[in-house]
Amino acid sequence: MKILVLIESINNKIHPVSIEALVAAQNIASENSVEIYPLCLNKNLIDDLSKFKCTKVLNVESLDLKNYEPMTYLDAAEKVFKAMDADLIMLGHTYETRDWAPRLSARLDIPFLSDCININLSDSKLIINRPIYQAKLIQKIALSDKGLVSFQAGSFSSENLIHENSPSESLSIELNSYDSIKQGERFQESAGGVDLTASDFIVSIGRGLGKEENIPLAQNLADKINAQIGASRPVVDAGWLDHSRQIGSSGQVVSPKLYFSLGISGAIQHLVGMKGSKQIIAINKDPNAPIFEIADYAVIGDVLEILPKLTENL
Amino acid sequence: MKICVLMKQVASEDSPLKINSNGSGIDETNLNLITNEPDTYALEEALLIKEKTSGEVTICTLGPDSSQQVIKDGLAKGADKAIHITIENLKNVSPLSMGKVIYNKIKDENFDLVLSGLQSNDYGHAQLGIIISEYLNYSHASLVIGTEVNEENSLKIKRELENGWFQSAELTLPACLSIQSGINQPRYATLKGIMSVKNKPVDKCEAKELGISEDSGYKVEEVFLPKKAKETQILDGSTDEIVNQLTDILKNKIKVG
Ligand SMILES: Cc1cc2nc3c(=O)[nH]c(=O)nc-3n(C[C@H](O)[C@H](O)[C@H](O)COP(=O)(O)OP(=O)(O)OC[C@H]3O[C@@H](n4cnc5c(N)ncnc54)[C@H](O)[C@@H]3O)c2cc1C
Repeated sequence: MKILVLIESINNKIHPVSIEALVAAQNIASENSVEIYPLCLNKNLIDDLSKFKCTKVLNVESLDLKNYEPMTYLDAAEKVFKAMDADLIMLGHTYETRDWAPRLSARLDIPFLSDCININLSDSKLIINRPIYQAKLIQKIALSDKGLVSFQAGSFSSENLIHENSPSESLSIELNSYDSIKQGERFQESAGGVDLTASDFIVSIGRGLGKEENIPLAQNLADKINAQIGASRPVVDAGWLDHSRQIGSSGQVVSPKLYFSLGISGAIQHLVGMKGSKQIIAINKDPNAPIFEIADYAVIGDVLEILPKLTENL
Repeated sequence: MKICVLMKQVASEDSPLKINSNGSGIDETNLNLITNEPDTYALEEALLIKEKTSGEVTICTLGPDSSQQVIKDGLAKGADKAIHITIENLKNVSPLSMGKVIYNKIKDENFDLVLSGLQSNDYGHAQLGIIISEYLNYSHASLVIGTEVNEENSLKIKRELENGWFQSAELTLPACLSIQSGINQPRYATLKGIMSVKNKPVDKCEAKELGISEDSGYKVEEVFLPKKAKETQILDGSTDEIVNQLTDILKNKIKVG
């Protein structure tokens, strides 16, 4: 079996989630006759990649892209996949992957299992675990033939990466040129608002708080225990709170002494922003809410009933 | 602009999720079905673009008969017409198969834009709109958090990137956009809108006739509950007892304040 691992470049370095995808590939290769080919379209990354155990690091001779160009990426990945007669494409489930991997799947006419959390090879069958219903359930999927698989950040640990010098090769492949998608500059919105990373205590509001008018219930608790208010994305999307209070993959990443989560389900994009917290207390009425998987203290109940009493009791 | 919005019906956040008796999927009997929330942002963006440029918004949904509620709600908010591709059950249909069926249905409509929500809250593949861009040979962008239609044949967008970064891009029309939540504030239907639904055309057809395939290239063998990563102490008892335990933990273990 031949695995192509698509390596993403971020700030001219290897994206950490691409390393995790390489670890996933190395895991499968350990006991089987599996060949691993990391493909990177930014030539600056080749030296670093060649320090990791794989069959051969690939790049495309005529191509040296520091930044993402969807149509060129597609063209290159398609042609390399076919030239190598590869079976599997593995990648990190990043924003970039979301933008182009579905299109690659359509172009190659092979299925794309996105946002997966594990992969195993047994009896030459690939078995993949994939969360569904906002991570409340996991599917165990057997891939019949060729496919693309992307992995959620944190599914494999870069500590398990096997270091060993590997060869590299430049493939001479003809690419087309495209102008239907012109990428502009990357930018950040003007900063400002609160910096939650410095707070020891955070009371964080999810959609389970019900409505904007209930925010004072959380604010009162926060005032009582000297905490800052944080929030999940839907609360910010709905305009209840400023974007600077959003915690998660598209907000701030915090690791306070206490993260007190109120009516937050615990989607992965939220968890990546707060799972490093020292102590996590979660109130949620759904016993299967994924937030409970990482909570130290779990209260299965109605946050609107508990909050006022707790604030008063403190 | 002729705009198509892909919308789907899914189980609501608070639907009871039970694994079915043979462990292969979920028990679908008691699900509370709603419009996939991310798709409501796509619809709103389509309506806003239509208001700025004039044109027409068509909702396209692939799903069982119950999905007509998605269409009714969307038409009530201001979409002009709808396509309903019916299928008994979507759960064994892969994103590629869905993409092919929808493509077969809309390929001759010459839409300028095909919008979709970023992902569905049930299976969360986050692929359909982008897959269709390949079949239609349209330009595409995902995680779109801003649109600006300026010229006849191009469109400016803003894409969300990781960690608070953004990127602008210019796309040649026609294009497929997958819309990130928070791009706008979806409107509510007005009474007038609700009254207008019955006069709006719905083109109903069967997925079977459009060549739906159940061969996905993979097989779901089992569905199970995730394992806990951490020792969790569950606080139970009456509300007062829970409040007392929480107070003790906050004051004496975590030492807040
Ligand atoms: C690319 C991308 C980036 C994203 N970035 C982020 C991000 O940075 N941050 C982020 O948070 N999300 C992000 N999201 C969204 C994320 O996937 C979830 O949709 C979001 O975190 C859900 O927020 P929530 O838990 O508040 O809402 P919901 O998922 O709606 O959960 C509400 C919870 O409240 C509970 N509840 C309801 N009523 C009560 C009550 N009375 N008492 C107690 N509990 C109650 C429910 O059981 C439920 O678990 C992103 C998504 C994508 C696709």
